[in-house]
Amino acid sequence: MSELTAEPLSEDALLLRFDDSIDPEVNARVHAAAARLRAAHLPGMVDIAPSYAGLLLRFDPLAWEDALADESAHARLLASVETILRDPCTTARFPQTRVVEIPVCYSSEFGPDLDEAARQAQLSARDFIARHTAADYSVAMVGFAPGFPYLLGLDPILHVPRRATPRTRVPAGSVAIGGAQTGIYPRELPGGWRIIGRTPLRLFDPQRDPPCLLAPGDRVRFRAIDADEFSARVSHPA
Amino acid sequence: MSIEVLKPGLLTTPQDFGRQGFTHLGIGRAGAFDAPAYRLANALAGNARDACALEITLLGPTLRFDCDACIAVTGAPLSVQIDGVEHAMWSPLFIHAGRTLALAAMRSGCRTYLAVHGGFDFEPVLGSRSLDVNAALGPLQRPLRVGDALRIRETGNGSREMKFNWSIDPRPWFDAESPLRLLPATHTHLLDAESRQALFSQAFQVSNDSNRVGVRLRGVPLRLDTPVELISEACVAGTLQLPPSGEPIALGVEHPVSGGYPRIGQIAAVDLPHLAQRRPGDAIRFAPCTLDEARQALRERERELREMEMLIATRLQQGA
Repeated sequence: MSELTAEPLSEDALLLRFDDSIDPEVNARVHAAAARLRAAHLPGMVDIAPSYAGLLLRFDPLAWEDALADESAHARLLASVETILRDPCTTARFPQTRVVEIPVCYSSEFGPDLDEAARQAQLSARDFIARHTAADYSVAMVGFAPGFPYLLGLDPILHVPRRATPRTRVPAGSVAIGGAQTGIYPRELPGGWRIIGRTPLRLFDPQRDPPCLLAPGDRVRFRAIDADEFSARVSHPA
Repeated sequence: MSIEVLKPGLLTTPQDFGRQGFTHLGIGRAGAFDAPAYRLANALAGNARDACALEITLLGPTLRFDCDACIAVTGAPLSVQIDGVEHAMWSPLFIHAGRTLALAAMRSGCRTYLAVHGGFDFEPVLGSRSLDVNAALGPLQRPLRVGDALRIRETGNGSREMKFNWSIDPRPWFDAESPLRLLPATHTHLLDAESRQALFSQAFQVSNDSNRVGVRLRGVPLRLDTPVELISEACVAGTLQLPPSGEPIALGVEHPVSGGYPRIGQIAAVDLPHLAQRRPGDAIRFAPCTLDEARQALRERERELREMEMLIATRLQQGA
């Protein structure tokens, strides 16, 4: 499957589907389409929200209904979307992707699962950290909680399964691995991913504009820092 | 101009229409679950449609007013008392400074709305005064507690003493019984033959662990013909998900922005307020519906709601 398909989810939502797999190339197409549709400023558009292989469009149906036409609001919106995505001239106008560096203190204090994850990967903790900081990641989507980035690009050797019993409290800033994915907890939350370190950066702050440090499509690199640099930079809410 | 919380009720939260346009950042809409009841509370209190009101769950709060105020209570039926005297719901009410408003337990339904003239004066967070309980995002970052002082926005009019002796008929706006109209969704066709039938023939029961995130349904488990592995993709309010247990979850206004369970139906938007009014133990039946019928019903309901808002505004202007 690689053709674009579209499905009405509800009276005010259309889901575009680019594929049915978790694949960086597919996900990049989702973000490219999202950028084009944002730039097109379609009327009544409320949300343009990427997931791994899909793009949610939430819209005001009144902006797309036409009492004189037989077509539904969804069909009219989809026709506009297809025209925009087919137009070769819009390709050049994507915004540059951002690269965001995330400092992480990898230690057993901030990463209680670091040693166990390294053992499972048959690496020393040091090599595990080196591999985690060597890769280029991309934010496939943001979900689970406000500002939680699902990152693609994890070194396959670092794929470790989730904990059998999820923790009831994972501290804000925890950097974690769940299977093939890595992510960062924006605030204290329950979670089953393996915690390998913590960033002093604040991923979500509703008073900030934009409220989230990372947006879908952003590129991410991790940089190892020591406990001193961590405490100097920590900005988590109490 | 403030209201002191003497008792918070079971779960009382500030709500408006919710936060829009942040789905891509994992931030959901939240907002009043029974939106028409919320709008009519505002209309009866002489407010703009989107003023901040309180959403009350199952058991109402007790509130002391330190100022004269016009208020209105709509949604699930409960006893409304001002200093021990019973008052009507679905009606504009005047309350004197120093008096106490006590809202009791709901007789049926699950959510009641309290609007005050001017609206509750919270700072908007990301464009909305709605509390997302699950994300701890929005005014207070938590439900109401004993001792909270809730400020009311001053409007310079409408708080003079008035005697109102009319109310609107709640019947078109409160329904905790009718079947919910269900549109087909992505994976409906994957249900096995028995489950496809059971989806519409059985009465599901609302489970105790239901909340604004989702209404969990108990019943004969539904099964897919063959299991599917799905990747996480967008969810919307009203989506009927089927987790491995076979007991569906109807997503509410605080639904996660994405999810990986099969979607076996979509509750028509016009019936979301009726989903909001089902309490643990209530029955839910589904009736099949097409997207065109759902659209039509939503347009019709919106027309009736606007007519009612205009009628209420006219009567308030006439003064009684």
